[in-house]
Amino acid sequence: GCAGRGRARHVGEGSAAAMCQAQEEYGGCDQPQRRPRVSCAQKCMKCKEASPVLVIRVGDAFCKACFREYFVHKFRAMLGKNRAIYPGEKVLLALSGGPASSSMLRQVQEGLSRETAKKLRFIPGIIYVDEGAVCGQSLAEREETLLQMETILQASGFPYHLAHLEEVFDLPSSILQRAPHSPAGPENSYKEAVEGFICQQRREEGGSPSLPERRIQEKLAELSMREAPGTEGLAAPGARLLGAVRTEQLVQLFGSVKTLTAKEELLQTLRNHLILHTARAQGYSKVMMGDSCTRLAVKLLTNLSLGRGASLAVDTGFSDDRHGDVVVVRPMREYSAKEIAFYNHLFGVPTVFTPALDTKALEKASIHRVIERFLFGLQAEFPSTVSTVYRTGEKLSTAPGDADPATGAAEPQHCLLCLCALDTNVEDGSALQAILVSEQLSQQRLPAASPAGRGCCPGAEEQRGCCMNTTAPGADARADFLPLLCYGCRLTIKDTTCLESLPLYVRSEAERRKCRAAMKLEIQEFLLEDEAVNPGES
Amino acid sequence: VGQCVRPACRAGGAETPAPTAAPTMPATCSACGSSPAALRRPKTGHALCRACFLAAFEEETHRAIVAGRLFRPGETVAIGASGGKDSTVLAHLLQLLDQRHGYGLHLLLLSVDEGITGYRDASLAAVRRHQRRSGLPLHVVSYRQLYGWSMDRIARHLGPRNNCTFCGVFRRQALDRGALLMGADKIATGHNADDVAETVLMNFLRGDVGRLRRGAGAGPAGGEGAVPRCKPLRHAYEKEIVLYAYFQGLDYFSTECVYAPQAYRGYARALLKDLEAARPSAVADLGHSGERLSLRPDLRLPARGTCQRCGYVASQPLCKACVLLEGLDRGLPKLGIGKYRRLRDKLRDGQPLTQEERRRLGAPAEGEPSEEQEPRGEPGTDEEPWGRRELRVPRDLDF
Repeated sequence: GCAGRGRARHVGEGSAAAMCQAQEEYGGCDQPQRRPRVSCAQKCMKCKEASPVLVIRVGDAFCKACFREYFVHKFRAMLGKNRAIYPGEKVLLALSGGPASSSMLRQVQEGLSRETAKKLRFIPGIIYVDEGAVCGQSLAEREETLLQMETILQASGFPYHLAHLEEVFDLPSSILQRAPHSPAGPENSYKEAVEGFICQQRREEGGSPSLPERRIQEKLAELSMREAPGTEGLAAPGARLLGAVRTEQLVQLFGSVKTLTAKEELLQTLRNHLILHTARAQGYSKVMMGDSCTRLAVKLLTNLSLGRGASLAVDTGFSDDRHGDVVVVRPMREYSAKEIAFYNHLFGVPTVFTPALDTKALEKASIHRVIERFLFGLQAEFPSTVSTVYRTGEKLSTAPGDADPATGAAEPQHCLLCLCALDTNVEDGSALQAILVSEQLSQQRLPAASPAGRGCCPGAEEQRGCCMNTTAPGADARADFLPLLCYGCRLTIKDTTCLESLPLYVRSEAERRKCRAAMKLEIQEFLLEDEAVNPGES
Repeated sequence: VGQCVRPACRAGGAETPAPTAAPTMPATCSACGSSPAALRRPKTGHALCRACFLAAFEEETHRAIVAGRLFRPGETVAIGASGGKDSTVLAHLLQLLDQRHGYGLHLLLLSVDEGITGYRDASLAAVRRHQRRSGLPLHVVSYRQLYGWSMDRIARHLGPRNNCTFCGVFRRQALDRGALLMGADKIATGHNADDVAETVLMNFLRGDVGRLRRGAGAGPAGGEGAVPRCKPLRHAYEKEIVLYAYFQGLDYFSTECVYAPQAYRGYARALLKDLEAARPSAVADLGHSGERLSLRPDLRLPARGTCQRCGYVASQPLCKACVLLEGLDRGLPKLGIGKYRRLRDKLRDGQPLTQEERRRLGAPAEGEPSEEQEPRGEPGTDEEPWGRRELRVPRDLDF
């Protein structure tokens, strides 16, 4: 009967009364609202005819057809409302094999296959990143996973790119530089662009497949001849040696990271760089990520705990334009994990399970783990926790970047690794200042009370250890590196023992920035340009 | 000896990772390099000897006070003294630093008696002991005097949950009124870094953007109440405060409030413990995040006005304390908790409430004996310095 199927409680969207959506009120915590019982005799609340198969939110029962419509509509509405994707644009879908991104792929397929009037109008490609080396998978296991993924990728009919995380070692350092933002739809407004596209399509009608489909066929033809950047896949015998070297480097890099928290952060950063590189190389102007509402709520609290309060808006908002030319969008952000799971189950969306970094890790091993467990536990008791956190995140905006007083240039104002605006100017009375003071006072006593001096600066016995000496190893490489990073990335790097194992593109870009800053410092007095450069420029 | 001009140094990038103690050999203090270490400080992980830790802690508090420009010479500062570890350490430190660095302050102790049997009377005893040792003047204000309700009495009417709402609202006003009575220019409270971190988390969990905008308690002296406040210890880890009190031999009262286990903050506190276990700097990291949050400019946030009844700061026509008290006095204790706008409007219009509505607002069931009155002193005397009338002039209800 209906007792067994699909009686999952949706994770508290909509019903704000139960928990404290405290605006100005000290909304105390009421007794948890009793959920209205949904009886089997009830009809689908939308069409009022069919029998419901699942319950969304509190007491909203849907039949299969209405649920599908609700689900599909939400996707299209999200894209349409934000007007982020122009017709004819090339969009790269980041597929992880997990439920949310797989569902996203299905929505794109559905959307593109509809009647002309309501069709989604962009050109999709897919990228899958194999991270098995970092997650401790053997070559055989990775091959197995890749085979499963390729089945899905080929079935989609879209051009796809299989990338291995090892390829980060061959990335160019331009990845870490903001490219000038090129608007996808040129000078036209969004509406004009859509209308223009429809007209163009009508002209080409008659027998031949419509434009996007033809393009896809071309892409597939290209793909078979394409060589993947870096390794050509693990199976190719010639590349096996290179692949093994890179894998070893990757394992060594992650081995030098002491905490699981830092590993997770580093993995995300590298993965994003790789995806960005593929998007740029293949001409994609947008990347779609499959972050669900649940996942974003966890991410909000996690990033808060990682000291990333300044960049919450770009990290979790709908569109993320930190790279300038390629914009990352998150169209699944209003779907809860439960909705996605039910959709996938009801409509046969294939997923591939891949173990992650923290699979089988201890409960409290990483910040990410702690937050996830906490949030899900609290959600069980206060059903609107996840949605409240999500909504709070929506109320944030990008913090204005700090002007770097030392150099004044816009260049060092973005973090080397995550490209977010730096949030590390030391304001009086701030937490950051207090930390620096604590660390300074807990180490070797310095002559007099020089607030920012370290062992290097106030003319210690010799130049040993001074940052002037660029060839000094160890702590000094770190000393040069950390100022280029935002607060959150600093914590990640502090947990990394061997900076030499970072990919070359990171180190060379760091060097470049450092030299440039030194250069500017030398000629500071002769420069005539305005010091207060617009932080948005690059 | 000047500051290095290299941007790397000025941004304070360099630090060596904290040394880990060898299992067999005792570690040496990393600050003085000579004495054996007596503790490992939670904030940075460095091993320090007793003297260096105490000196570092005191110096850090001093720098925070100076950098944050918390005080001006000649000010009278009322220290919120609960008898617990934070306020005891705060009072001790402020007195010490004031003498050592010549802040030029007049310090007082201000204590609030919420009327929680077994908890507050014991902690007040600790405050009085501190007062005798330090010689600072002490004044105690009580909820019973100010509002006619003690927390015990409120809890009897309200039940086990939501007590912290009443207590927090009432205490804020109580501190302000006590400070005004004593002629203080500023109130200093003992909020520590853990409190700040918990508040950031809580405000996010409850969607309280108004408080998030105000820096989630991370900013310096705030002017929200009648008297400006500051939190000199807001960057100090709770555990370090305990370490300081321990090594300094300070005496304080350390039991948790009996009503606290039910509070929502308990969740945030448990979470913070786990976060700290995963990464010790999480407490400070949350503080940093809280300072760097920025809200969308188009949000509609409450504006600051005054209460029509008592004149206190309020964003609504009536301040929260008046709303809560109204509910208590009418036998509908939940009036101020949760969203009961419709019912409050009914009351304002003089319409009677149904039995069900009264029950929802926490009215006692039929047949319960009526509450005995709280004993009150004569208005204008030491027990009732203001007299109830002065605080709550009955006027037309306008929620």
